[in-house]
Amino acid sequence: MDSHKIKRVLHRMTTEIIERNRNLKNLFIVGIRTRGIYLGKRISKLIKELEKVDIPVGVLDITLYRDDFSRLEAQHMVKKTEINFPVTKKDILLVDDVLFTGRTIRAAMDSLIDLGRPQTIQLLVLVDRGHRELPIRADYVGKFLPTSKRELVQVRLKEVDGSEEVLITEPAKIK
Amino acid sequence: MVTFKHKHCLGIQDLSPAEITTVLQTAESFIEISTREVKKVPTLRGKTIINLFFEPSTRTRSSFELAAKRLSADIVNFNNQASSVIKGESFKDTILNLEAMNPDALIIRHPSSGAPHFATTFCRSHIINAGDGAHEHPTQALLDAFTIKQEKKNFQDLKVVIVGDILHSRVARSNIFLLRKMGSRVVCVGPPSLLPLEFRQFGVEIDFNFDRAIEGAEVIMMLRIQMERQEKNYFPSIREYRNLYSLTEKRFNRAKKNAIIMHPGPINRGVEISADLADSAKSVILKQVENGIAIRMAVLYLLLGGKEGEATD
Repeated sequence: MDSHKIKRVLHRMTTEIIERNRNLKNLFIVGIRTRGIYLGKRISKLIKELEKVDIPVGVLDITLYRDDFSRLEAQHMVKKTEINFPVTKKDILLVDDVLFTGRTIRAAMDSLIDLGRPQTIQLLVLVDRGHRELPIRADYVGKFLPTSKRELVQVRLKEVDGSEEVLITEPAKIK
Repeated sequence: MVTFKHKHCLGIQDLSPAEITTVLQTAESFIEISTREVKKVPTLRGKTIINLFFEPSTRTRSSFELAAKRLSADIVNFNNQASSVIKGESFKDTILNLEAMNPDALIIRHPSSGAPHFATTFCRSHIINAGDGAHEHPTQALLDAFTIKQEKKNFQDLKVVIVGDILHSRVARSNIFLLRKMGSRVVCVGPPSLLPLEFRQFGVEIDFNFDRAIEGAEVIMMLRIQMERQEKNYFPSIREYRNLYSLTEKRFNRAKKNAIIMHPGPINRGVEISADLADSAKSVILKQVENGIAIRMAVLYLLLGGKEGEATD
């Protein structure tokens, strides 16, 4: 997937979001660290362009909610969760780059529910690569990428990585 | 951020400046949890921690307890006065018996310097020093540093004055180690009987004149006069001490305009600090207490999180 494709996919998903959420004023975006934040911000900008509604974007760090916490090889640095709006009774759009086992999303939902009781939680991902280990699905999917479990899917965004692409690589090629 | 690879948290002396920064940054992420409606994350679920306090404490003990609870760990409080220590059980036996109950961490406060270090020689658990004699009180220094960073942003060349009973103070020692590591300028002030010249080896300046030392200070850290240790007559009278070393409005005006007042508590109002100043907007004393929880959450997280047995010390 190149930058052109990513752009078109985000456009399509934004229209889907607008179509599904009649009351956009009740919608809040929560991006999952790190790339989910930037995807969330882009979608917020696109909604603003199309519908003239400002959608706040919050930041969620799921480190403290991981289910593999005590089994992690290396220490994982906790970063800040910054959600400066009440989530209770709101429609929350969770945004992440890749949907894989579903465990990150499980952690993110637990974390969100500890902050209040959202009316609905919807999920948007740029790539769904399959291999779910939990009963979780995304409401908006940029692209389904059939992969083998061994492969790695890397999303690169210009805000974080300097380039804009989605890559499938063999583990050996990654440092 | 560098990873924090210690098994125990015994003192600031063991930490590098980069590790101190890691603790402070981690604490930054924990601040928000205490402001939520549900003040709890599941991170340390299933971990057991024992609070072992052989000395009285209000702040440190409840702060550790809340920090553990907000991370979903189970915590048990050991109270010296109501324990078998009264029947003559030794420190080592007490700890070995508690360890037999399989805790993951022990938080120890003890009147003897080095008690937590001694415990590490026969314990499996993580040991956290919550104050040992007149030696160190690492989490206090870390929370003080966190508070200073919030107010002043930077440690480099910051002038910090530490005033009072330096001789008996573990808070002063830990703060001196930390602030010197981070590049601050530290001036210790107090009566000669409570301010040993040997402290110069830690890289601090010594001044017996508070009025002079406070000029240009940005952080004023007042220490408690430890009434329970004054039987040896370190100074002639409380009144004389107050005249020379109490933080009054008049003295405070000599400091830098945006100076802040810190105190590890408990305060003796009207002795080391005037009651009005302790309650003023310049005082960050209660902020320190609030930050204590985030710092202790960070320390517990960094010690107990991650894989067992990979720590280096």
